[in-house]
Amino acid sequence: MGMTMTQKILADHAGLEEVKAGQLIEAKLDLVLGNDVTSPVAIGEIKKMKVDGVFDKDKIALVCDHFTPNKDIKSAQLCKCTREFAQENDITHFYDTGEVGIEHALLPEKGLVVAGDVIIGADSHTCTYGALGAFSTGVGSTDMAAGMATGEAWFKVPSAIKFILTGIPAKWVSGKDVILHIIGMIGVDGALYKSMEFCGDGIKNLSMDDRFAMTNMAIEAGAKNGIFPVDELTEEYMKEHSEREYVVYEADEDAEYDETYTIDLSALKPTVAFPHLPENTRTIDQVGDVKIDQVVIGSCTNGRIEDLRIAADVLRGKKIAKGVRTIIIPATQAIYLQALKEGLFEIFVEAGAAVSTPTCGPCLGGHMGILAEGERAVATTNRNFVGRMGHPESEVYLASPAVAAVSAVTGKISGPEELG
Amino acid sequence: MIGGITMKALGKVFKYGDNVDTDVIIPARYLNVPDAAELAKHCMEDIDADFAKNVNKGDIIVANKNFGCGSSREHAPIAIKESGISCVIAETFARIFYRNAINIGLPIIECVEASKGIEAGDEVEIDFDSGMIYNKTKNTNFQGQAFPPFMQKIIEAEGLINYINNK
Repeated sequence: MGMTMTQKILADHAGLEEVKAGQLIEAKLDLVLGNDVTSPVAIGEIKKMKVDGVFDKDKIALVCDHFTPNKDIKSAQLCKCTREFAQENDITHFYDTGEVGIEHALLPEKGLVVAGDVIIGADSHTCTYGALGAFSTGVGSTDMAAGMATGEAWFKVPSAIKFILTGIPAKWVSGKDVILHIIGMIGVDGALYKSMEFCGDGIKNLSMDDRFAMTNMAIEAGAKNGIFPVDELTEEYMKEHSEREYVVYEADEDAEYDETYTIDLSALKPTVAFPHLPENTRTIDQVGDVKIDQVVIGSCTNGRIEDLRIAADVLRGKKIAKGVRTIIIPATQAIYLQALKEGLFEIFVEAGAAVSTPTCGPCLGGHMGILAEGERAVATTNRNFVGRMGHPESEVYLASPAVAAVSAVTGKISGPEELG
Repeated sequence: MIGGITMKALGKVFKYGDNVDTDVIIPARYLNVPDAAELAKHCMEDIDADFAKNVNKGDIIVANKNFGCGSSREHAPIAIKESGISCVIAETFARIFYRNAINIGLPIIECVEASKGIEAGDEVEIDFDSGMIYNKTKNTNFQGQAFPPFMQKIIEAEGLINYINNK
């Protein structure tokens, strides 16, 4: 029996010829990631271990992106703990305010993750790097500590669901709409413990930023990882961003999948997930009249340059509706600088939006845009759970940058055709 | 057996539905302090405001499917464990929560029948050696799913760090 793409990567990292779904393995890690919320807990755990430092100072990334620039004294303490650990262990890839970006946009951009890697991160959206053809998955702080100490982690080899993508998406349909459509179809536990393997001719019509947005939200379907095959676009991206050698894996032709779905990208419409689960999706023509108080464009899902360009295309020469606070957050400093050079900030500020330094901030209800009781936000983020962006009685509607930007102008959830 | 002692749990049940996410188990606004006692004060606060006040040592959480979905924050099982909960029973667990619970030594059991057959306030006893769940209020029994031997070893070592230290 053949192996899926994920299984082949895991087999090689476990030193095995073959692995099967359900098998427990110990695999070598190419990178271990933590942020300012999860690293301090991991640092507490690694100090309990009988080890002398970390397994490889070049294969650990510590990224202070969640509550930064420090939102209060307590979060400053978290960053201090992380910073001191990075210094004590001479960690090569430590990112602090001024250099930091949102981890899952930053690591691919810095070339720290490439095809064929096995990566664990103490952040659930670590699954993002599957867009590059890597196996990457979220873990907790204790797993992160063990990974930093030993360079290995245990995994149960996942089975997989195959998504065959065909067709060309319509102008305003992005990777975010594709993944929201899929989560709406299979549910928030539709891929529980499994890999989501994307393939098919339609992939060539998805940009790297589209693919990052899709694998980023694999966890929102409960998946262990999401993964794309490596094509010319992926190789181009890796050559531009990384000096590391990458390994291209392909699923065997006779690989076994639990389920197979075929999705015609040309048939998809802009899609919105209603509170309080990412599976509560409606196409834009079905949303009805939902007035909003805030728009957030950013996050590890949709804070990349293409997302900002789309938002700028919509907002150019327009004014944001009175009573709507719009916050735009480039995901990394490089994206920030690129947007600045392209004149996007001028468009945003003239439209009446606030532009922030990179931070996870409002996505998880940290800072930089917390909602009050009864308020509603359209956000390009990834979760709309109860209280996710602030008050437990507030609401988050997940959407693409295009829908978020149009909604900022109209003051209610709206699709691009409404701007005329 | 954990640490040579037969492990049992006995307590009253807090019952929740599908997809209890880690944002409601411990909201991000409290994640700026990684202290277990501080986290426990706010456990479940956004879906059950009185949980921290009403929970007693040994009590049990029973939920439906996909318990612990969302964020990887280990603060979630830490908050539950510190609040005194002795076991979480659910139809299914989100995978990161599942790993985290085992890694920190919070007992969890997957059991569809128990999840359906136990209500809030029921008194429940669990025998971790056999995986048997006894609903003492309704006088019914359920067989929970056993852990694979590898995970059992981590649980016996009282968490992943000890397991690695002992290797």
